[in-house]
Order: sequence, then structure tokens, then C-alpha cells
Amino acid sequence: MRKAIKEIKVGLGTCGISAGGELIFEEIKNELEKQGANVKVKETGCMGMCYMEVLVEVSINGESYLYCKVTPDKVKKIIDMHIIHNKPIDEWIIKNKGKILKEETFFKKQKKIVLKNCGAIDPGSIDEYIACDGYKAIKKVLESYSKDEVIDIILESGLRGRGGAGFPTGLKWKYISRSKRNKKYIICNADEGDPGAFMDRSILEGDPHSVLEGMMIAAYAIEADEAYIYVRAEYPKAVHRLTTAIRQCQERGYIGNGIFRSDKNFKVTIKEGAGAFVCGEETALIASVEGKRGIPRIRPPFPAQKGIMGKPTNINNVETYANVPWIILNGPDAFASMGTEKSKGTKVFALAGKVVRSGLAEVPMGITINEIVFDIGGGIKDGRKFKAVQMGGPSGGCIPASLGDLKIDYDELVKTGAIMGSGGLIVLDDTTCMVDMAKYFLTFTQNESCGKCTFCRIGTKRMLEMLKKITSGEGQEKDLRLLEDLAYKVKDNSLCGLGQTAPNPVITTLKYFRDEYMAHIKEKRCPAHSCPALMTYRINPENCVGCSLCLKNCPVNAISGNSKEIHTIDREACIKCGLCYDVCKFGSVEKV
Amino acid sequence: MDKITFTIDGQKITADKGMTILEAALENGIYIPHLCYHPDLEPVGVCRLCMVEIEQRGLFTSCNTPAEPEIAVRTETPEIEKVRRVTAELLIVNHPFDCLICEKNTNCELQKIAHFIGIDEEHINKMRKPERILPIDTSNPFFIYDPNRCVLCGICVRTCRNTVSISTLDFMDRGYNSIVSTFGNKPILESRCVSCGECVARCPVGSLKPKETPIPSREIKTTCPYCGVGCGLILGSRGDKIVSSRGDIENPINKGQLCVKGRFGHEFINHPERLTTPLTKKDGLFVETSWDEALELIADKFSHYNGDQFVALSSAKCTNEENYIMQKFTRAVMGTNTIDHCARLCHAPSVAGLAQSFGSGAMTNSINEIQYTKSIFAIGTNTTSAHPVIAYKIKNAVKEGSKLIVANPKEIDLCEFADIFLQHRPGTDVALLMGIMKVIVDENLYDRDFINKRCENFTDFKSSLDNFTLDFVERITGVHRDKIIQAAVTYATHKPGMLFYAMGITQHTHGTDNVLATSNIALLTGNIGKPSTGVNPLRGQNNVQGACDLGALPNVYPGYQKVDVPAIKQKFEKAWNCTLSEEPGLTHTEIFDSILEGKIKVLYQMGENPVISEANASHVIKAIEQLEFFVAQDIFLTETARYADVVLPASSFAEKDGTFTNTERRVQRVRKAIEPLGESKPDWQITCEIAKRMGKEGFDFTHPVQIMDEIASLTPSYGGISYERLEYHDLQWPCPNDTHMGTPILHSESFATASGKGKFMPLTYKPSFELPDDDYPLILTTDRSLYHFHTATMTRKGGLVKLRDRELVEINPQDAEELGLTNAQLVKVISRRGVVKSQIKITDVSQKGVISMTFHFAESPTNLLTNDAIDPVAKIPETKVCAVRIEKV
Repeated sequence: MRKAIKEIKVGLGTCGISAGGELIFEEIKNELEKQGANVKVKETGCMGMCYMEVLVEVSINGESYLYCKVTPDKVKKIIDMHIIHNKPIDEWIIKNKGKILKEETFFKKQKKIVLKNCGAIDPGSIDEYIACDGYKAIKKVLESYSKDEVIDIILESGLRGRGGAGFPTGLKWKYISRSKRNKKYIICNADEGDPGAFMDRSILEGDPHSVLEGMMIAAYAIEADEAYIYVRAEYPKAVHRLTTAIRQCQERGYIGNGIFRSDKNFKVTIKEGAGAFVCGEETALIASVEGKRGIPRIRPPFPAQKGIMGKPTNINNVETYANVPWIILNGPDAFASMGTEKSKGTKVFALAGKVVRSGLAEVPMGITINEIVFDIGGGIKDGRKFKAVQMGGPSGGCIPASLGDLKIDYDELVKTGAIMGSGGLIVLDDTTCMVDMAKYFLTFTQNESCGKCTFCRIGTKRMLEMLKKITSGEGQEKDLRLLEDLAYKVKDNSLCGLGQTAPNPVITTLKYFRDEYMAHIKEKRCPAHSCPALMTYRINPENCVGCSLCLKNCPVNAISGNSKEIHTIDREACIKCGLCYDVCKFGSVEKV
Repeated sequence: MDKITFTIDGQKITADKGMTILEAALENGIYIPHLCYHPDLEPVGVCRLCMVEIEQRGLFTSCNTPAEPEIAVRTETPEIEKVRRVTAELLIVNHPFDCLICEKNTNCELQKIAHFIGIDEEHINKMRKPERILPIDTSNPFFIYDPNRCVLCGICVRTCRNTVSISTLDFMDRGYNSIVSTFGNKPILESRCVSCGECVARCPVGSLKPKETPIPSREIKTTCPYCGVGCGLILGSRGDKIVSSRGDIENPINKGQLCVKGRFGHEFINHPERLTTPLTKKDGLFVETSWDEALELIADKFSHYNGDQFVALSSAKCTNEENYIMQKFTRAVMGTNTIDHCARLCHAPSVAGLAQSFGSGAMTNSINEIQYTKSIFAIGTNTTSAHPVIAYKIKNAVKEGSKLIVANPKEIDLCEFADIFLQHRPGTDVALLMGIMKVIVDENLYDRDFINKRCENFTDFKSSLDNFTLDFVERITGVHRDKIIQAAVTYATHKPGMLFYAMGITQHTHGTDNVLATSNIALLTGNIGKPSTGVNPLRGQNNVQGACDLGALPNVYPGYQKVDVPAIKQKFEKAWNCTLSEEPGLTHTEIFDSILEGKIKVLYQMGENPVISEANASHVIKAIEQLEFFVAQDIFLTETARYADVVLPASSFAEKDGTFTNTERRVQRVRKAIEPLGESKPDWQITCEIAKRMGKEGFDFTHPVQIMDEIASLTPSYGGISYERLEYHDLQWPCPNDTHMGTPILHSESFATASGKGKFMPLTYKPSFELPDDDYPLILTTDRSLYHFHTATMTRKGGLVKLRDRELVEINPQDAEELGLTNAQLVKVISRRGVVKSQIKITDVSQKGVISMTFHFAESPTNLLTNDAIDPVAKIPETKVCAVRIEKV
């Protein structure tokens, strides 16, 4: 009998690692050694089901089985049963030989272009990327397309910038390609800074070569020979993957002088950002690459006119570049066949918040918010009520559940007051106070404002102060007017995108949840029972069993009551830490 | 320039193409509130105040939006009004309200905006937050930085970075906590700040403000009394005191910019130590005396000596008119040509050298041409310290793409901007320059056409290059051959190219050869007689050019007319109605030998301090002590004046009218801002009084304007200079007649030599006179501090002392280690001529084996050490190289 080819892959994206993936990886290797089994163990990236990590894929003679939520205990059993005795453990398996056993809806509505290799290949292996049609697109471009033809393909595909603003990528390239300057640059913006967003990180960790290939194609199209990848230093894994990928490309002559034996040169430098959110703004990013303080400057001139060292520079984000090879290989029509009239292709979203299945999902444009939240996301945790989604991070806005049938489309989203953004999608339920949420995001942007222009520096500070007043119950109606007025002034008159979008969470919550603001101001009540100043905890005597768990956990001894008797909370002493609420097994502690 | 028309609020506006809307509006007298805009700086659009509406397009910040033809701009709409109000309110609520106690009161841009918009008190109060109290930085002696008043317009940051290229200030922190700060938020005094005050001058609010800010009751335009750049200055006075000074934005050179000395160094004017009455020495002590008595005494004494026994030392700090009077007095009254001044110690080789090669010894081109040049070769000039405003321009030219080659034994501040830095050994300039020229010739990069048409003696010169092989040059200069080649190729291929030099070239026993080497390289590359080219000696004193021009030299009358040419002598005899000597007089350096030989017995000295400034100063002291009669005329009782028999109190530049001629031959007005202090008198008046009391005619002047008229009538190059014309023209000599508009670029048609051709001069390498040996193993070279001027008579009178208060011997870390020295240690520096005590500063700015000292500090008189061996042609002493050793104290 021919010896079976056995392989195990462990999901070691950041999500996998934080779920304990590295430990599992070691356990598997140890266990295999113990058993004397000859099995290859590989790393792979995030395949999107972050909520199911650690994910382990076992393949035997090309037939793969995906195990979820693998723990060290499970490792032994999987190896023993599946590897040694060839008996898959079905109860832990999500996918069996391509057949989805569990979580069907998570996969069904997705369409993978950008993430097609993520979680499937070993991102540390250029050969695996090549085996999945990698570097075929750039070769095709070098061999058979002129730069104008490449630009036309991208134009026809309808690809728009995935960084958030949605500027047509082909148009940007076309503009730069027309410039007669002898030196041009390419930048990949991997400064993903939105709280709750991890699309770019996952792509870089799971399929770094696809981004490099996209950059090569862009460089060819605009005649650039030098590129920078501006990536957050807080993404060590992504930096590591990229470094490895670049080195592999250099070894094979894909990066350097005369790439792919053509007359083209392509040099890539990784520039690690120091964690300033504003450096995701393109002019600030360029300043940072140049070694200056990362602060935005007025546009025009746009980077396409004057970028790095004053030379024309094309900036796209990670996801945009990662789309490019697919478009080249599959043709613009295949790409344009997906999506809505003006938003083509797919979009990767990072699902987070109160959703059952938090993770990464790539969906065709035109899908509705409800489909994302309920079909892919599996609905709201703990059976709570879906209230809204916050799209586009701190620069975006909230979309209420009532607009759940809205199609994902750049222009449709803008109409709501939110933005597509880079893909952060935070699901909110009825325990989320919308004023508090606006305050959270404004705190973020206020901290991350570069301080250069008046509106963003002082205006957001004043807005934040008003929100704090409102959430602490000291708000007045005229504050609301001032807040709204200031919000629009900051939005309309700030210098850069950060300031211009910073008020969006305030503006959209005011638009859709004004009543919540009014409740805080007029009734001194937080409808979500979330703002500490406007809520208290009480113990419902009807279902308190007097277990004393709350009493034992209270850090300030505000709870009294004898064992087996109904307990009470001293409101004066209570600091509203919520520990009692969390520990009560009978739901007796209530927020009021 | 192309013009465009558009409308603002319906009014038709004509503007230069490329102007922004704000610029066009302001130029047409339309005010649009703005805070972060400054005409000298690139717009950044951060304050968001200058919003305007372009009809059918929307709101734009006018400071960075170009005016386009036919657009209709609105500055007042309800929307603009609202935006502007919110912006202004946001800024105001973050700003202290104590306007009445703010120095910027009535002169504050934020106040102006508040006033323009009209502020709603209730609104302000609603948004107002408790003030953050940030510490105020008072470390700098001249200005205060109060971050609490800062509006974060960034004008100071941009000024520091883009205008003076120092980058002391930048933003720190983020968002609401952003402040303007130094690196690491250190006190300004501990930062790299050079205290130029450019940021202070531009701060629109009271955040960066001078410490002393009385509002002047009147202001007058004059010219800075420090270096030869000749910056325009506006002096403010109140009663009999100078209370303020600021840059003159209308001055063509500095356009409002100044350095630390020009802006803040005026405390000497009203300083209590100023001489205010004549002093005569009785029994070894000075006693105050009346002018009558002093002048009578002088007239009487002078009358008893003949010309051979008399010497006059004139002054590069005094006006043209005063120097003219001084040389006229020396020649016409005392009958001798023995008059000289400190130019002998600085640029005598320039005058002698450039006269040989070009026929005229002055800067060939002009300061403002720097911005258009493609390469700059700065050799032997510590420009940032000695000519700061020219350094600003050099740095900006580099930022605009010009190449910069710095050749200097020290790694001076300018090196930060240099493409190529050649750190040669002191005294090896001829070898370095000839080596570079040999590469240019060998590589065929020389300008054949120019040489054929406009030069002579090329063949002889070319064969003199043979000795300067790269091996030889590398060995002599210590500069790696690759750098020599790189410098040669860069200078020869980036044209036009300007060459600048200063004392590093001239103060050598082969100073004239050094200068000839610079003229050779300019001729070789055709970098002469054209815009943005030339050989440009940077003159050190405010009026050293003028003092030379006006004949305070022993061999020439005003305008470099030779004393030994009979026709010229006759011309002056006729004009002055006297008999003149045709024998050239003695030079500065020869004078003291002559005194010691007993030939010269009387010294009349105006505004000089040779005891500190002359090489081998103990030799000078010995000579001065031997004088029979010594009259010192000065504003302070200098180290030299203490040896005088009579001290006459002169008036400072702020107390008199006159003219200075700057390094680029530009004649500029000096205007009286206050009355002479005490009983002091302008120098010209004092000299005229002496002459009159000696019964001489031709000194009946009542105002310098009359003197200038006489100058113009006798000095061809100043023929077209008059006070009247200077009121509305910028004139650079040669300016032969009163319709001539001056000559910014010399030698553009032909050279001033006899043949009209530029003359190549073959050169050989000559080592410095005194080289290190076992007993004196180190080379001492001299340098300048930015914060002091020459013998520091003027600069050690106020806040500048806080910026630099003592001599510091700069020594390389290796040398210090070998000698077992630690930083700031007190040492003895010993040469064959003297011993000086000073602290050391260990720094790799100095190369190994070379130490450097300034000569600003009388307690550590560096010139006791320096060598008075002189250049045979120019008679300049070798203050840049002498051998010393260092001992621990």
C-alpha cells in the first residue's frame, strides 16, 4: 500500500495565536514525535473564523478535515484517532473534505478573492503561494500587457480603494502614470488603526505575497521602481511575514533589479509605524515615511502629484493591492459581475462586538447588513436585540437595525452618514448606550488627533466634554445644540480626513438615536443602563436565592444579607463596578 | 509677471498669477482673518480661519487656494461667518483673557480677529474651560516662551525649520495636548536654538515674546553694526534710549531677517560703561576732562610730530565718512600715508590677490544671487557663526537643490547641509584647491571657451598644477582622494557656482596664494562675471569694505587710487589744497615694529582694539607702551584704550548719520536714532575738530552728507553715491555717476586688470610658517562664536554673555584622552609667544591634532599665542595656524 501523505496545518494568525495556537502547534509536534508519525506540520493564516480558533486542519491524501476550538487535550485524541487510526472525530469538525458540517451560513454568503489563500496556504512559503496561481498575474502583465492596458483592466473592473474613501483605483493609477517625472513611488498603506479592525492584518499574516504581487502590478502600471509598506509596529507577525515574503522574492529575482528577468526594477522597504492613528492618512503617512512627524498636510497637491520626496506616489491599502492579481487573472468582467452598480467585487469585514461569530468575512458588495450580522455573524450574542452596527471605526458612523436591509455599497453607506471605511464592523445590542459609544470613538479620535488644525484639536475636545457632561447626567438641551453645531463645523472645516470624519459617530447617533441623548439630558436616564452615573444596580427579591456570591465579590462591601436570605445593595456605597451583575447565576442583579 | 483678474465680494481684483486668494486679498487691502499664514512661509491651512467661498464651488481656506482667473470669491456669507466664528471661539476659549497685561496687547492677531468678528460672551463662557497652566520657559536671555498663550499656528516651527534651517522647535504630543516644544521639551537655552529671534518676530500672539518690550516712541531705519552682511535694521527709541530693534523687511538683503546679534545685541548702546566724557591720563590715572582741554592737548601734541612719526589706525566699525575723514586727516594734515585698519588682519589678501587676478578686490557677486546658484563652495568660512543671514540663504539654496561643498578644518554647523565635506588640515588650502583644479583639468571639465575668450596665463597655470597629484594632495591635506574628485566634479558640473570664503583663506602667511587659488578655480570653471557665480570673500566687519574703499589703507586713496601715482596724488593735492606724500605708508603689522624701532611715536586710533585682535599681542602691548603719545577714540574703554594718554568718547552707530558699505559693495545708510550719549561725539566730528584746531582747512563739515559729496567727487567708484539717491535706490559700487544704478556683478564684460582679462596665477604649495613639533605638537586655529563679535567690546555688554560667557578650547576627543583631559577642564595653552588659560570643550568638531579658540574673551587672550609671521604681499599675520601645546593647570 502506498504510504498516505499526511499534513497538519495550524491557524497561526494573531487570532489563532491569542487563542493559544502556538501551544497547540508545539503540542502537535510533540505528540507526533511521541507517536513516531511522519506528518508535516505547517502554519497557516486566519481563515476568518476567529471565534472558532484554534483551528487545525488535518489532511490525508489531499482530503482535509477542519477541527475547531482545538485545545491541548484535544490534540492527543485527534492525533491518535485521526492521524494514527484514520478515524476523524466528527463532533469537532467543521469542514469535512470540503463539506461544511457546522456553521454553514458563515461560509455560504462569502465570496473569497482577497482571502482565498488565507488559512489555506502556509504564508511563510512562496511555493505554496505560487502553487495557488501566485505571481502568475505579474508574469502575465510583464509578458503581455502594456501599462495602459493594466490600468484599463483595473478601471474596467470598477475596483475602488478599500481603505475607506473608495476612490477608483484605476483612475488614481492613470493619473500618476501620466506624470512625466522620472521617479515615482508606490506605498502600501498597512497602518490599520481602527479599533476592532483586523482585515489588513489578517491578509498580511495569511497571504503576504498577494499584496506584494498587487504592488508589483501597480508599480508596473505607473512606472515606479520603489515601494514602501507602511505597517504598524504593533503587527509583529505581519511585519515578520512581509519580511520573509520580501526576502523570498529577492532570492527568486521577483524583487530587485530586472524582476522576473524583465527590464523592470522593484525595491520594497518596510516602514514600521509607531502607532499613530493619523499616520493612516496618506499625507501624514508620507511625512512619516520621510522621517518627519506624522502629521497631515493640505491637499492639493495630492500624493499622486507630490508624494514621497515630492515625487508622484501611488498609495493604496492592503486589501486594494490584494485584489489586483485576481482581477488580472480572472479579468475585469468577473470582478465587475459581483456587487452593485458602483461598488464592485468583494469587501472584507472584521466582525466584532456583540455578534455570535466574530471574525473575518469577505462578502460580495451588495449584501445587506442583516445578512452579515445574522447569516454570517450568527446573530446577536445571548439572544439580545440587534440595535445598530458601527461601520468604518471612529471615522464611520452607526447604522441602526431599522436599516438592516441596506446593501453594502460605498455610496449607499455614505447616505446614511456612515462610511464603508476599511471594513471594521462592530455590532451593537440593546445594552450599548449610543451616547457612550459616540463618546468612546470621539475619545479615540481626540487622542489621536495630530493637533495641527483648530477644529480637530480644540473642536473635538469641546465636543467630548459635552458628551461627558451628557453621559454624567449634567447635560442641558442647549449643549446638544452646541454639540451638533460644532460637530458639523468640525466635519466641514477640518484639514484632513481624521478631523473631517471624527464627528461621524456623534452625528449619526444624533440622527438615529436622538431620543437616547434626550433621555440622558431630560430624564437623567440611560436607556441602555450603561452610563454609570445614570444607572444603579438592584437585587430583584423575587429571584434572589441568597447564595451570597454577589456579597463575596463586592469590592466595597455594599451588599448585605444573610445566607439563604434576600440580599440588598446599598446604593450609597455601590461604585457600580458591575461585578455582582456578572457573577449572579440567577439574573437577580438588575440594572435600573 | 502674468496677471489675472477675479472678484472678491464683487470687487475686481488684479493679482499676480500663482498668488493665493489670501495674498491677493491682502495686497488689495482686503482683510480676511488669518492666523497661521505668514508671507515668508509656505501656507499650511491649519487655523481654518481664512475660509472664503468660491461661488459654485464651496468653502476653501484662502491661504493655500490659488487665485484663478474669473472666479468669484466671497469673504462674507452667513456660512463663512459661522465657520469663522466657531474657529475663532475655539481658539479664544483656549487662550488667556488677560490681554491688558500681555506684551502683545494691541498688536495681537488673535485680538484683531476677535475684534473683527465680534465675540459672543455667553457663547465663549459656555465653552470656556479651566486654563491649563503650562510652565513658562524663561531660560533664553532675550525671549520668553509661554505655551499657555500659544495658538499652535506653527509659524515659529516653520520659521525655525524653513527660514533659518535650525529646526529647534516642533510640535510635541498629540491632539489637545499638542504644544510647540524643543527636542525633549528642554528649556530653550539648552536646545539647539541659536536665539535669532525669527520666531519671536513672527509669533502672532504673545506666546514667543521678547523679555524687554517697551514700545518705542519712534523708529528709524538703519544698518546693523555687526558683520559685513549689512542687514537692514529698524531701531526703536524712547527718550534717549534704544529700546527695540527689528529687521527691516524692505531691506533687499535680509528682508526682515536678523541673527541673534543684530536682533538682540544692542544693549551696548546705552550701556553704563559707555565713554561719555574725554579722559586724560594724569600720573597713570584717567581723569575726566573737557573737550576743549582734550582737543587742545591733542592738536598741540600732533603739531609737534612729523608724518614719519605718526600713525593712524582707522576703523571698520565706523562709517565711510569717518574713514574718509580719518585718511584725509592722516594724509592732508599729518602728511603721511601710514594709515591702516583691521582689514589688514582679515581681508588684505583678498584685496591684494583679487586685484592681481581680477583687477579688483571685492566680492564679485551679490548675496541674493545665492538662491539661484547650483553649487556653493564654502571654504574657510564658518558662515553660520560669522555671517548668519548669508548662512540662512546658503541653507535655503541647498534645500532648493544647490550642491554645497564645505572645506574647513573644523566640522562646522554648515556641514549638516553639505553634500561634500572636505576636512583639510589648517593651512593646506592651496594644495586642496589646486588638487581639485587638477582633477577638473584632467577630467576635461574646465570651461575652455571662457578661458580662451576672457582669461590669460592659462598655460603657465596649467603646468603649475602638475605638482598637485592626488597622492600629494591627499598627503598634504589629509582629505581622501575620492572626496577631492567628488568636489571637483560637483563644482565643475553644477553651474552656476558661487565660491565663498573668509578668514580661513586669508589669515595665512600664504593668504594671497590662497585667494589666488580661489580666483583660479572660478576662472577655470567660468564661474565669474555671471549671475550666481563668483569669488565671494565674506567681509567680517559691518564696514570693512567701506573702510578699504575710502582709503583707510597705506597705499591707496579712496577708491583704491594708488598714492604712488603722481597724477592721482596731484588730483588729491588739488582737491584738498595741500601737499601729499607719494610714499606708501606702513601696514598694521609693520606699524608696531616701527614703534619698537623708535620711528613712530604717535598713534591716533579710532575704534580698534589691537591688544586683543592683533597676532602675537604681547608684541603689540610692548610697542604701545613705548609710544610718546597715544590718542584712543572709542565708545568703550577697551583693553587697548587703557594704554592711551587721551581717550575720546565717540558715538555709537545709533547716534550718528553716515553710510556703511557691506560685503557685496552695497552702500547703505546709517541713521541717527538717538542723540549722542553724554558728551560723546561722532568720530568724523572729533577728527574734524582736531584738524581745525591744528589750523587746517577742508574739515568744515556740519553733516556727513557733505562728506559723502566730497567722497563722490574724488572716488570714481562712489561717483554716483549720494544720500539723496540712497533714499530710494539700492546702490552697489562701482557706481560712477548719478544716473548709474550700481553694479551687482563685477567683471561681467571685462576684468578690471590692465589687459581686461582674468589672470590665472601659477601657484606652489607653501607650508604654514609654524608647524607642530615635539615641543608644540598641536595646531591652534582661530574661530568665531555666533554670540560674540571680534574682541566682544559690544557683545559682552548684555544677554549675549548668557549664551556664551567664556573661552572654550575646542579639542578632539582623542587628543583630550591622550592628554588626560576631561570636559570643561582648565588648561594652559602655550605657544612660543605666550600662555593663555582657558577651559576646554571636547568635541569631534575639531580634527585630531587641531585645537581652536575664538578671540572674544580678554581673560583668555588667544592672540597672545598666535603667530605674527606675515604674508609677504598682503602683510596679514598667520592667525589661523600656529603650534601650541596644552598643559594641565
